[in-house]
Amino acid sequence: MAGVTLRKKEHFLNIAVTVFLIFTAIMFIMPTVLTIANSFMTSGEISANYGAMLGNMGDSDEKVFISERVNLKFIPDKVTFEQYRSVLFRSPDYIMKFWNSVILTVPIMLFQIITAILASYGLSRYPNKVKYVIFFVYIILTIMPYQVTLVPNYLVADKFGMLDTEKLLELPKFFKPVEKFLNMFYRRRALILPAIFSPFSIFLLTKVMRRVPVSYIEAAQLDGAGEFRILTQIYIPLCKGAIVSVSMLSFVDCWNMVEQPMILIKDTTLHPLSVFLSQINTSDVGLAFAVGTVYMIPAILIFLYAEEYLIEGITYAGGIKG
Amino acid sequence: MEAKKRRRINRCGRLKGKIFSWACIVPSLVGVLVFFVIPFGIVIYYSLINNTHECKFVGTENFRKLFVNDAFRTACKNTAEFSLISVPLTTVFSLVLATMFERNIAGKSALRTFLLSPLVIPTASVVLVWQVLFHNHGTINSIIEFFGGTGVDWLKSKYGQVVIITMFLWKNSGYNMILFTSALAGVPRDLLEVAELEGAGKIYQFMHIKLRYISPTILFVLIMSLINSFKIFREVYLLTGDYPEQLYMLQHFMNNTFNNLNYQKLSSAAVVFAVVIALIMAVLLILENHFGKDVEG
Repeated sequence: MAGVTLRKKEHFLNIAVTVFLIFTAIMFIMPTVLTIANSFMTSGEISANYGAMLGNMGDSDEKVFISERVNLKFIPDKVTFEQYRSVLFRSPDYIMKFWNSVILTVPIMLFQIITAILASYGLSRYPNKVKYVIFFVYIILTIMPYQVTLVPNYLVADKFGMLDTEKLLELPKFFKPVEKFLNMFYRRRALILPAIFSPFSIFLLTKVMRRVPVSYIEAAQLDGAGEFRILTQIYIPLCKGAIVSVSMLSFVDCWNMVEQPMILIKDTTLHPLSVFLSQINTSDVGLAFAVGTVYMIPAILIFLYAEEYLIEGITYAGGIKG
Repeated sequence: MEAKKRRRINRCGRLKGKIFSWACIVPSLVGVLVFFVIPFGIVIYYSLINNTHECKFVGTENFRKLFVNDAFRTACKNTAEFSLISVPLTTVFSLVLATMFERNIAGKSALRTFLLSPLVIPTASVVLVWQVLFHNHGTINSIIEFFGGTGVDWLKSKYGQVVIITMFLWKNSGYNMILFTSALAGVPRDLLEVAELEGAGKIYQFMHIKLRYISPTILFVLIMSLINSFKIFREVYLLTGDYPEQLYMLQHFMNNTFNNLNYQKLSSAAVVFAVVIALIMAVLLILENHFGKDVEG
């Protein structure tokens, strides 16, 4: 008898927990879903709903009814791609800022991962005291917030004249074709260079690489594999999940940058969209939701593609020591 | 003879391997030294001199000036308030979520995806929705007024903290939950079964077995949340701009100081901040050693 009531109680609890979790999950995706849903509204509808918040609308000539309250709306009255069309064809500004984000994110991610893989391999192979000290320094640097690390970053950038975004690279004639391409990154070097050496990914990867079994390495050595092959054919494939996860975290970090560009890039035309989006509500509100949606698409796609890896990577890192 | 030769080759291989492993560290080490470690030494030096032209040693003068600076004090107060509330809150909330995930419920993986998604969604993308929610004439106030209450101007009053704490929970709880879920899965099952046979209730099991076993993860979550809590400037900036009256955070202070480029102020603030973080970490590590040592290894 007691068993039945216990099972009933358990059953009831399961339902309650499920309901609570579903509710929480809905709350968690609400801002994202609302942004996407609102991106399909006409600008007239947006000013009617949100006009009270955003002040006078910049570009709408038509007389619209502006509600005194600000109402969130889930479903547009009329689904249109008007906002997207404006973003793509009438406001090159946003495309440029989006492009700025890409220019910052791609090199940072790429070189950060390469240096991180190398350094983590170096730190986990043939461990000794000095390497432990270096790793400890990396941990401390990982923990330090931007408010601390941006000051040294700025000092170096200032000292080496990296803050000058107007100065361009002058390459010998042979390299002329790639000069323009390289200058895209060169102008943003004050931000890109320190970000490449951000120690977070090394901290995470080293912890994972330390778990590579010695027996694998010894077996490879017996087969005559050199150090480089041990790195490329044992360490990297075994830590693939963690590498993907670290790349994702690094992408998220770069794509969301706000503090660093504000301080390290003086020329605001070079700022990424993540900074620029905050200024949007003074003008162009009609397309704010569409711009926001476009900006989150790469993040969502990568997330859906690599979610399992991300979870695996997060799990691996679960502990500051060891 | 043969063995000796092999050993020599082996030792030679080891030496080569060691050199290779150091060569791998060099790029990152140089970068970290150039961009972080050495300039931080200079930052410490700057915090002790009067200005960069005279370079006269003034001891703690810069720190004294900093501590009587009103803007700095407000920034510290707001940031400390935010971190002290939001870090424990997200830790408890995500632990609750993780314990719920231990149950046998349907649709776990979809739920997990939804809860984790805010981690990757750029705050800038969804900031308009948050503004609409918390606007003076916005959705939350409409709901409050519908039930007969009086709304508050969330973003322009002391309730601003509520808004950013909500955003912080939204962004970080999923990540922490994943950490806790995997830690809870690592608690030895046989131990729990024995406890159950001995008549220990679920709550007793949780408090006395699970919590002890996941204490390293609790520490990790606390540290990560603390680090992330200093990034809240993003949300505040996107919501309220450069000079919020109520939500003036440390990063605002730093930004303003960067703007008029007062190196002494910047450096001493960075040093103070680094010392505070280091102290907090030390305390957390000592606590963890104290509570978690009998279950480790």
